[in-house]
Amino acid sequence: MNLASLPVSHNLLPLFVAIPLGSAFLVSLLGKRVKGFSDTFSNVATFSLLSISLLSILLVKHSGTVVYKVGGWIPPIGICMVLDGLTSFMLVTINLIAFLVTIYSISYMERYTAKWKFYTLFLLMLAGMNGVIVTGDMFNLFVFLEIASISSYALVAFGVEREELEASFKYMVMGIMASLFILLGIAFLYSLTSTLNMADISRTLAKIGDNQTVFFVAALFLMGFGLKAALVPFHSWLPDAHPSAPAPISAMLSGVLIKALGVYALARIFLNVLGMTAVSSSILMVLGAISMVLGGLLALGQEDIKRLFAYSSISQIGYVVFAIGMGTPLGILAGLFHLFNHAIFKSLLFLNSGSIEYATGTRDLRKMGGLTSKMPVTGYSSLVGSMSISGIPPLSGFWSKLLIILAAIEAKHFIFASIAVLVSILTLAYYLKVQKLAFFGELKDSLKGIKEVPLTMKLSMIALSIICIFGGLLLIPGVQKNFLNLATEVLVNGTNYAQIIFGSIK
Amino acid sequence: MNKKIKQPGMTLIVKTITRLTVGLILLYGIYIVTHGHISPGGGFAGGVIIALSFIHLMLAFGKDLALRKLSEKLAAFFESFGAIMFLTIGLLGFIGGYFFFNFIFKGKPFNLFSAGIIPLCNIAICFKVGAGLFAVFVALILLKVPIKKE
Repeated sequence: MNLASLPVSHNLLPLFVAIPLGSAFLVSLLGKRVKGFSDTFSNVATFSLLSISLLSILLVKHSGTVVYKVGGWIPPIGICMVLDGLTSFMLVTINLIAFLVTIYSISYMERYTAKWKFYTLFLLMLAGMNGVIVTGDMFNLFVFLEIASISSYALVAFGVEREELEASFKYMVMGIMASLFILLGIAFLYSLTSTLNMADISRTLAKIGDNQTVFFVAALFLMGFGLKAALVPFHSWLPDAHPSAPAPISAMLSGVLIKALGVYALARIFLNVLGMTAVSSSILMVLGAISMVLGGLLALGQEDIKRLFAYSSISQIGYVVFAIGMGTPLGILAGLFHLFNHAIFKSLLFLNSGSIEYATGTRDLRKMGGLTSKMPVTGYSSLVGSMSISGIPPLSGFWSKLLIILAAIEAKHFIFASIAVLVSILTLAYYLKVQKLAFFGELKDSLKGIKEVPLTMKLSMIALSIICIFGGLLLIPGVQKNFLNLATEVLVNGTNYAQIIFGSIK
Repeated sequence: MNKKIKQPGMTLIVKTITRLTVGLILLYGIYIVTHGHISPGGGFAGGVIIALSFIHLMLAFGKDLALRKLSEKLAAFFESFGAIMFLTIGLLGFIGGYFFFNFIFKGKPFNLFSAGIIPLCNIAICFKVGAGLFAVFVALILLKVPIKKE
């Protein structure tokens, strides 16, 4: 069946925002009244999102870049939505994790009251993230970014305990600072180019040539999106916010939110809109390398399992930003591949930590021990996740880290390459610590009575660990051509983005 | 003194003035919403004014009377309803081929019944914003802080 010939096919794009938004409000309307509605309906919504995001890969393959005119208005007058390789890559990543996380939440969120509120906020956050990815308009990007951020502030505070509220407040202050920087950057860009369409901004900037304002805007965006991505000088909110949220939300925040709002937006704007310069490239690389090292070092000393994972996220995001910052085709490919892999294994690890908390009621590594004997699924899936993130072959993390190091060597950044290798060893060290303290060794007396977690939680952990094991298959030429390479191409094309967008408006 | 405790809200002067003005404020809000497409204002501004008329009641007469007129459950319902109505209008645009396509007969410019889906969108936004703002105010008033024993 030729998908691109179907008349509905390009109408898929607004559904990425409409489905989660509509289901969020339906759940808030009916979730309290109809029993079981919120569970079923949210899972159906995220499953349909996953299916249409997989369809979008086929669509990109058949018809190339698709520009969707919202309301029938031609860009740059109206708002447009763009579907290209990078968009469909990010959509698959986000909606895959979202689907598995909602399955996990069915049992996990029973611990909290008002499950429907959780699903409402969750779906709103998903709508925001999908919106950031599909939009082709700068201000629209900001609006969706705020939707996702504001619902994530509320989700971090979902347990309404003292610590959670404090973390949420800190996160909110930092997040609002980031949003203000981004808004200010957009305002400057608008005053310079008189347009908000990303492709049109790119085209106008090429006409204007060198301009001091662009540097200032780039600095503002680096601060704003850097805060959202938790790069090292801007990272201090993450180790508080991510562990405080309920485990499925930690998985979403660390797994995809910092990537959708931070790394994706950073890459899209720096490579496609503003255009990558030698200065911005080296700034991204240095920030990435600092994040790698500091995140890793700080993770080493943590005793709280979720806090350790949160610091590890900073370190791994460092890898991704460093690789994309190199700007070479291999570097971008490696960065995007690591982004995908990190989304998978970090969500897996956070779900594992949630299972541990579910069964034992503690997050303190010193109070655990020998959990594998009682909780085999959690134990072995976390082993897979830990080994994958530390880069043990043949798991997926190995291939992406190898590619990053190869790309650094290819671009003659030998010092950075050696840093990447060293941090990889550091990663192995702190994940071995987790494994040793939590899953191996003797079972503590206080933990004799624990049980394995319910079926739905096991299912999503198993699914994620299977993807971890076979993630390396994405590099098989036939598969790579249709998924990773299409995404890489978009970023490699750089500011030709404008021509591609205006060329594909029908 | 006893009389004061029995009757919640502010003094007689405030109550009398409120009784006179609150209907006008509500009407003005509705005017702003329905004329959103031909004059300054619209769903957001009108929604805020409508919410203010209820908040005005609450300030003058106490929370019980205002919540009898518009309970927090009803506010929560209207909030979600407004959002769904807005989204439905957007999705109905698929009839014309695009998301948020203005598919209704557009009429003569500057007439009250013109501009296709825009007045409908304004009404949906008015529900969402009005009920949302009122719900935020109610949430702040009804907020109960559970006291924890350490």
